[in-house]
Amino acid sequence: MGLESCFGDTIITTTLEKLVNWARKSSLWPATFGLACCALEMMATAAARYDIARFGAEVFRASPRQADLMIVAGTLTRKMAPVARRIYNQMPNPKWVIALGACASSGGIFDTYAVVQGVDEIIPVDVYVPGCPPRPESLLYAIMQLQTKIEKERLREKSNG
Amino acid sequence: MANLEELVGKIKATFPQSIEETVVCKDEHTIRVRLSCLLEVARFLKEDPECGFDFLSDLCGVDYMGRAPRFEVVYHLYSLKHRHRLRMKTSPADEDLTVPSVVSVWKTADWHERECYDLFGITFSDHPDLRRILTPDGFKEYPLRKDFPLRGR
Amino acid sequence: METASDIRTEAITLNMGPQHPSTHGVLRVVLELDGEVVTKATPVLGYLHRGIEKLAEHKTYHQSITLTDRLDYTSPFINNLAYVLTVEKLLGLEVPLRAQYIRVMLSELTRIQSHLVWLGTHALDIGAMSPLLYCFREREETLDMFEMVGGARMNQSYFRIGGLAADLPEGFEEKVKAFCEVLPARIDGYERLLTENKIWLNRTKGVGVISAEEGIALGLSGPCLRGCGVKWDLRKANPYSSYDHFDFEIPTGRHGDSYDRYLVRLEEMRQSNRIVKQALERLPAGPFNAASPKVVPPPKELVQESIESLIIHFHLMTEGFNVPRGEAYCSVESSKGELGFYIVSDGSSRPYRVKIRTPSFVNMESFATMAQGRLMADIVAIIGSIDICLGEVDR
Repeated sequence: MGLESCFGDTIITTTLEKLVNWARKSSLWPATFGLACCALEMMATAAARYDIARFGAEVFRASPRQADLMIVAGTLTRKMAPVARRIYNQMPNPKWVIALGACASSGGIFDTYAVVQGVDEIIPVDVYVPGCPPRPESLLYAIMQLQTKIEKERLREKSNG
Repeated sequence: MANLEELVGKIKATFPQSIEETVVCKDEHTIRVRLSCLLEVARFLKEDPECGFDFLSDLCGVDYMGRAPRFEVVYHLYSLKHRHRLRMKTSPADEDLTVPSVVSVWKTADWHERECYDLFGITFSDHPDLRRILTPDGFKEYPLRKDFPLRGR
Repeated sequence: METASDIRTEAITLNMGPQHPSTHGVLRVVLELDGEVVTKATPVLGYLHRGIEKLAEHKTYHQSITLTDRLDYTSPFINNLAYVLTVEKLLGLEVPLRAQYIRVMLSELTRIQSHLVWLGTHALDIGAMSPLLYCFREREETLDMFEMVGGARMNQSYFRIGGLAADLPEGFEEKVKAFCEVLPARIDGYERLLTENKIWLNRTKGVGVISAEEGIALGLSGPCLRGCGVKWDLRKANPYSSYDHFDFEIPTGRHGDSYDRYLVRLEEMRQSNRIVKQALERLPAGPFNAASPKVVPPPKELVQESIESLIIHFHLMTEGFNVPRGEAYCSVESSKGELGFYIVSDGSSRPYRVKIRTPSFVNMESFATMAQGRLMADIVAIIGSIDICLGEVDR
C-alpha cells in the first residue's frame, strides 16, 4: 500500500524526524567530563567488557565542541561549577546530559560547603543514574533510556537552555 | 633505630627553654615547642645525625575552640635513615595567628602551609607564596574552623 | 633576509585543564611556555575539594570509613586500612591474624588494580591505546573479586574497625589463586608492548627527572621516590598489619625519570602478586573481628534472633562507640606513597579532627621541578608518571 509498494524491497521510507533521531541516538559522542570515582566506572564502561561502543558512543571527545553528550561522572564542587557550565555552553545543540552517580545527581554523601548538591543546579539533566558508583550496566541502561528519550523528540520543539 | 625516649631527652637537653612539654601516647612521642624557637628546633631535628628527621610527612592545623591558645600547628616528622617518627606541635598567639614557616627546613611544607592557611587562617611568615590552595576563588572563610558550619554560609 | 634571531617571540601562558583527558581528573596546570619549552608549570588544585576532613568530624568513626574509600578511588581498600589502623590504635584494639592477612591480601590486590589503571591511562595519554584495554581486562577480574568480598566493584568499605565486615565468601580463594597464576604472564605482555618500544622510550626516558635529595625535601614518596633510587617502603620500614610475615622485594630505579617510575610500578605488581600468593597459602583460620563487643557489631544472625544483639547493633550504628581521648598518626604504603591519618579524639563518638596525609597531594609538589624546562608534550607524560588521584589531592 502507499509509496513503498511501488519500490520493492530495497527502499524504505520513514519520516525525517525518525531518521534524524535514529542518527542522533546511535552516535552519542560523550565529552570527557570525569570528575571523581564515577569516572573510573565510565572508563570501565568504555573498556572491553562492557563496551560502550555497541551504542555508538565509544568516541569520547576531549573537546566539548565535538561532543553531544555530557556525562557528568563524579562530584561537582563549587570551584568546578563555572567550568562545568562553560563546557556545557561550548557543546553545540542538540546536547544531552547524564548525571552519573549520586554526587552528580544530588551531591551524594558530600553535603558540605564545597559541593554543589546536584549538577542540575547548574545545567539541565536528562537522565539521572543513582549509585556510588553506579555499575557500568547502569550507565549503559542510562544511555538506553536516553536513546528512548531521543527517539521521542520532535524536530520542531527541540531547544536547549 | 635510636631509642626515641632518649632522643626526646636529648632534644629537651639541647633546648631547655624551648620545649614546653613532651608527651608519650601509644608509642608516639610528641614535643610541644615554643613558637619563637620553632625554626631553631626544626633545623636541629633535621640536621642532628641522631635525629635525622629529613622527611616532613605532614603539617596540619587543629582548632581547639574554647581553649587558649585556640589553634595548634602539628608537624609529623620521619627519619628515612632511622625509621622513627616524632610529632612536633606549636601554637600561634590568638591575637596574631602567625607561625614561622618551615619551608627553609623542609621544602614540602610549602603546600601544607598553604592548606593550613586556606582552611584555618593561620599565616606563615616568610612563606614564598602564601595563597589559598583548595577553596574556590573568592572564598573568604576558613572552612575547617569549628565555628564554620559544615554546609557553609 | 629574515633569520630565526630576527623573529620576535613571546612567552605565552597556557591553561591545561581542569577538564582535560590527560590530567586524570580535575587538575588544572598553568603553563608558561617559551615556544614548546615549559618555563614554569603551576598546578592549581581544589577542583575536587569536597570537604571530607570537615565531614568526618560530623560522622561517627564507623561512618567515616565510607568517606575514606572515596579519597584515592583507585585503591579504596588501602584507604580503609590506613583509617581503621589509626582508629584501632586509638582504641588499643588488637585485630586477629586472619583479618590482618586478609587485609594484606586485599591491599595488595588493590595495589595491583591501581597500578593497572595507572598503566592503562598513562599509556593512553602517551598514545598507546592497546594497554588500556588489556589492563582493564585484568582490572575487571580484580573487581570481580572485590565484588565477591565487599559487595561492590569500587568503594567497598570492607575493612572495619576491629576487623572486617564479613569473612571471605566461598570460591574467593580459588578465584584469587587463578588470578595470581595468570598475572605474571600478563605483566610480561605489557612489558613486551612497552618496555623496549622506541616510542615509549623516547617519551619517558629522561623525562621528568627528579633527584633523590629533592624528592625527599619535597616529601615525595611511593614509586616516585623509589624511582630515584631511595629504597623506602613503609611495608618494610615500619611494618603494619603483619606485613613483616611476608617475603617480598622493594624495586627501585636509578635515574628518577618517568621510565624508571614505570619499571618500578611494573615490578611492584609482580611483588604484590607474590604477597597475595603467600597470604593465600598461609591464611590462618580463626575470627575475622576483634573480640570487642563495644566496637564490633554482633554477627547478623544474632542480631536477627536476639533482642540484646539488636539493641547493641542499633546503638553502635546510630550513636557509635566512644574513643578514648588522645591522638594517633598511622600511615601505610598506598599505591601512590605514604598515606597517613592523623586523628584527634576528644573522647566522644565522633573524631575531633581528621587530617589525611595523602601521597598524591604531596607528590604533586614535585611536579613543578619535574616539568621545568621540558617540552609541552612531556607534561602529559610527567603527570601520568607521578600517578595522582584527584580525590586524594583535593580531599
